[in-house]
Amino acid sequence: MALPPLKPNTAIQVVGLGKKYRIGGIIDRNKTLRDSLGSITRSKLRALRAWQRGEARARRADNTFWALRDVSFEVERGEVLGVIGRNGAGKSTLLKVLTRIMPPDEGHARIRGRVGSLLEVGTGFHGELTGRENIYLNGAILGMHRFEIDRKFDEIVEFAGIARFIDTPVKRYSSGMYLRLAFSVAAHLEPEILLVDEVLAVGDAEFQKKCLGKMGDVAGEGRTVLFVSHNMDAVRQLCQSALWLERGNIQALGPVGDVIKAYLAETALDRSAAIFPVMDPHHGIGIEDLRLTLAAAPDTGALDLRVELDVRAEAALPRIGIGFGLMTDTGARVAYLDERLTDFVFDMQLGTNRFLLECSALDRLLAAGDYVVSVWLAMPDTGKLVEIDRAASIRIPGADLYGSGHYVDVHKHGPLLFPLQIRRAEPARPAE
Amino acid sequence: MSVSEHTFAPGAELAPGEQITLIKPLRGWVSLGLDEVWRYRELLFFFIWRDIKVRYKQTLLGAAWAILQPVFTMIVFSIFFGRLAKIPSDGIPYPIFSYAGLLPWTFFATGLTNGANSIVRDANLVKRVYFPRLITPISAVVGGLPDFFLAFLVLIGMMVYYGLFPTAASLLLLPLCLLLALSTSMGVGLWLAALNAEYRDVRYVVPFLTQFWMYATPVVYPSSLLDEPWRTLYGLNPLVSVVEGFRWSLLGQGETVPLMFVLSAVASLALLVSGAFFFRRMERRFADVV
Repeated sequence: MALPPLKPNTAIQVVGLGKKYRIGGIIDRNKTLRDSLGSITRSKLRALRAWQRGEARARRADNTFWALRDVSFEVERGEVLGVIGRNGAGKSTLLKVLTRIMPPDEGHARIRGRVGSLLEVGTGFHGELTGRENIYLNGAILGMHRFEIDRKFDEIVEFAGIARFIDTPVKRYSSGMYLRLAFSVAAHLEPEILLVDEVLAVGDAEFQKKCLGKMGDVAGEGRTVLFVSHNMDAVRQLCQSALWLERGNIQALGPVGDVIKAYLAETALDRSAAIFPVMDPHHGIGIEDLRLTLAAAPDTGALDLRVELDVRAEAALPRIGIGFGLMTDTGARVAYLDERLTDFVFDMQLGTNRFLLECSALDRLLAAGDYVVSVWLAMPDTGKLVEIDRAASIRIPGADLYGSGHYVDVHKHGPLLFPLQIRRAEPARPAE
Repeated sequence: MSVSEHTFAPGAELAPGEQITLIKPLRGWVSLGLDEVWRYRELLFFFIWRDIKVRYKQTLLGAAWAILQPVFTMIVFSIFFGRLAKIPSDGIPYPIFSYAGLLPWTFFATGLTNGANSIVRDANLVKRVYFPRLITPISAVVGGLPDFFLAFLVLIGMMVYYGLFPTAASLLLLPLCLLLALSTSMGVGLWLAALNAEYRDVRYVVPFLTQFWMYATPVVYPSSLLDEPWRTLYGLNPLVSVVEGFRWSLLGQGETVPLMFVLSAVASLALLVSGAFFFRRMERRFADVV
């Protein structure tokens, strides 16, 4: 395959990259020879049977899974690219291919300059060795030369703040000290390209701030950074552009604000694993299906929640109430709308009765955070019949209600976007 | 793993001293990438240093274990094989006869065992950081050398005690024997390390393998028990030449069979080269399976 030209300004070029796993290979971490011989015999038998049936070849593709496929992008020198996506979307696989931990199965990538990675801090640390010894060992593992480590040794120790314990075996360190030392070694690596995976998720808030600052420095020095994170604030803060991976494919690539916005809107909804229908056998009524969508309205861009509810009745039943509840992800009640309050009471006909529950502009009402939706059926006199407890969890993105640069966060500020205003009641007096 | 292009990448404009790394799918047999191993020689050194440092931390007797193990084995062998079973020893006192055999044997067997376990033991590293994977088994095998040299001191003491001294010429064979032990140990270690990543059966095979191999090697008996041409063919087991060569060059006793050494060298080299290529072929899956 002819490689497209690499522009002088390109630090990373990825073309049609793909990586597949054999599903067995992932699950059986400790497979033995017997399993392997068994599967060879089985596949030979399958091939034989297929041949008898006149099929040319037994299908073999069914037990492979593409963790990454058709991924192409370029990163310019000095660019800080955020890589976002759900768990299992292929983010870590991408970094593992780019750091050469595993080779790809398709496509290629070219990287200009030395690559350093913070895939997991503390890799290669040995508990029996002292802090000093681990700095050298870990530095060498991360690709630093001995003279480089010599030169940066004091800086590393100071950044980690462990000078007093430098000759103590790290197994006696607290987890915080251990982490600080590990990050400190990694942060003092000076590669042209730095690949970072979620290191900021660990450690206390103060240390996280320090790490973020260090990453900012690295970026400020004109080095290229690929930053994988679930922390959208950190991505927004550090990156100019973002790459959103979904099931191994690129879903979006562009300016960081746009990609994060699209990602949050798409992943705002996480459906429950309830098995439908959920029936009340006594009354012969239940919820046959429940479909939730949370989508940005085309005109205003606000998030509208829409629930399609199918109620199945095995006989006609009068006066069935439909209830709706919303809780924060930590279980605090935000809304509890029963039929006594709302009078959403309907006569059910035999078969499927379809309802639509709508609430518009949720993100103009609620603070940023995760919420859980529940839906139930009730009889006004006897109470609840069936309930889908966690029908879905929805994620409300941040809103900077007061224009202060800070988001209203459900856990810090409460669930409500409360439109408070404060202004002086009288003209300000001149200073005395 | 991946191939690096350090001189020229098609379509790329290179600033002086800049390197372009090309990452692409790998299929079939690939080169050994020894140039890259050389560039990572500092890491190789650090791995060896770590292994030695960690091995004797938290042990009461520390490095004394390197001496105690072969010495006690020698005592047991001398009592059972030398005294009770009266196994011949080419006219050399049995204790020094068996110790001179145990010394290279222990180095070989330890290297093989550590090499076989190396990739699985460093699974955390293999899954998270890139470095030429060959470094791991190489460092595991080479890391046995300090123990070997420590135990060698005991042999020197025994030579003085028994008044057996080498000639200057015969001493020249000694480094060659050590090299032969190293390359055989590395060759088998590479095969087993690669297999062990995929099939954990290897863990159970290794103790058997070393035990059988020891009895297939003239550690407790001399190879002169065999008649020609079998004795020469016995050299297909490279450890036969290692052990016999050791005794001959140090104790100045017994006789050498040059053709046996040639056979051993060829067998050892075949193991080493095939092991290295097999390892390189398997290593691309290490991060998935280990």
